[in-house]
Amino acid sequence: MVHQYKNNGYNIVLDVCSGSVHVVDELVYDMIALYEDHDLEAMKAAIIEKYNDAYSDEDITEAYDDIRELVDSGQLFTEDVYKDVIIDFKKRKTVVKALCLHVAHDCNLACKYCFADEGEYHGQKRELMSLEVGKRALDFLIENSGNRVNLEVDFFGGEPLMNFEVVKEIVAYGRKREKEAGKNFRFTLTTNGMLLNDEVTEFCNREISNVVLSLDGRKEINDMMRPSRNGKGSYDIIVPKFQDFVSKRGDKSYYVRGTFTRNNLDFTEDFKLMADLGFKEISIEPVVTPDSNAYAIREEDIDRICEEYDKLALDIIERRKRGEKITFFHYMLDLNGGPCVYKRLSGCGSGTEYLAVTPTGELYPCHQFVGTEDFKLGDIFNGIQKTELVEEFKLCNVYAKDKCKDCFARFYCSGGCAANSYQFHGTILDAYDIGCKLQQKRVECAIMIKAAMADFDEGE
Amino acid sequence: MKRIKTLTQKTLKSTVVKGGCGECQTSCQSACKTSCTVGNQSCEQK
Repeated sequence: MVHQYKNNGYNIVLDVCSGSVHVVDELVYDMIALYEDHDLEAMKAAIIEKYNDAYSDEDITEAYDDIRELVDSGQLFTEDVYKDVIIDFKKRKTVVKALCLHVAHDCNLACKYCFADEGEYHGQKRELMSLEVGKRALDFLIENSGNRVNLEVDFFGGEPLMNFEVVKEIVAYGRKREKEAGKNFRFTLTTNGMLLNDEVTEFCNREISNVVLSLDGRKEINDMMRPSRNGKGSYDIIVPKFQDFVSKRGDKSYYVRGTFTRNNLDFTEDFKLMADLGFKEISIEPVVTPDSNAYAIREEDIDRICEEYDKLALDIIERRKRGEKITFFHYMLDLNGGPCVYKRLSGCGSGTEYLAVTPTGELYPCHQFVGTEDFKLGDIFNGIQKTELVEEFKLCNVYAKDKCKDCFARFYCSGGCAANSYQFHGTILDAYDIGCKLQQKRVECAIMIKAAMADFDEGE
Repeated sequence: MKRIKTLTQKTLKSTVVKGGCGECQTSCQSACKTSCTVGNQSCEQK
């Protein structure tokens, strides 16, 4: 399968099943579109009809030979051979390698789009995780991780820093246990920043391998959706804290992460502001919420958002050309060293490799399912009880979803978010359609940026 | 090839042989939490 598109003056050809990417001229672009159901003579006729005599017979033959060469070397029109891989894949024994620890089902902000209902997760009690539950969660992870060395634990909420003392002690316990068990814990933390201070900063910069800092961008945008519980905006409090935090972060990873809604479809302006505030690692994601919310992204917004993604891509190219080292999470793409096919087929690992743990130790397939009773898998004390549900998640891959089978982006999103699918279609085996269209556009932009930077690097 | 610039020749097929160790980062632990982006993750064997 081949996906062709034009963006920012580039004619881009993605060979979906090999992962090869080619930038081609107009002639080759048109001939690739004709290749599968035209022989050379028929192609010549079609090209001459379209371009008159702009291309000679020799040009067309030469282009055809080049296309053939790519086909023969497995870089164009390659077959999807991974459907067979998936059969073995289904038999695999999965292990748990990552936990989302809900150390606080409580929050000091009242963000309007929060899927966690400010920590209440569909009517759960506001409460904090005890150290005992936290320790047991790490033991559960070690016990269920098989031969995996790298284990991940994300401190999540609500707002995890509302339970900072327990976070510190869980990390200390993890450092002790990883040596005994021959494991390597990677701790991450997602915070709204309200409680960041010198002590937290020093701790995070020492122990937490990635910190996600929530900020939506411009003050009026951020404060509209991310007010405190008394209705005041959070921007003026969190921005100086984030700047201080990042200035002391060194080369450790972080993300300033925002959510865009229907209120700020011009989110490039938010990106620019974040970049100008000094943040280098930025993510801005579309809100996922039902149409009944006024700020929800709707079908009719897709074209506008795609235009905005183009605009954002151009801004990033300009910044990179100026020497700014800036990353946008969804435009990161390692064309030469990305994940293996197994990873691309299996997706995020929710419900199998990745589980969420509530403050009382209940297990769910991921943070987004927490509080949806049907998805409660068991708990960290007695293990997983609903093994049939785990099996369902294990079989959830790109070939199990009709919408994904012929999608060019299937090896980049891996079938999308199971929780989003469930929210919009009542099953994890579907796909959230708006999310798909935006993901496809982001993949296109990410590849186009690679093409533009390759051009720039060549010109240097 | 004067009409074609190949940005990557990578064949995903080659990763079938060596891949699948599972040591790589879980995608939702990085920065998303509300979507699923796997293509931008790194291989731990690199």
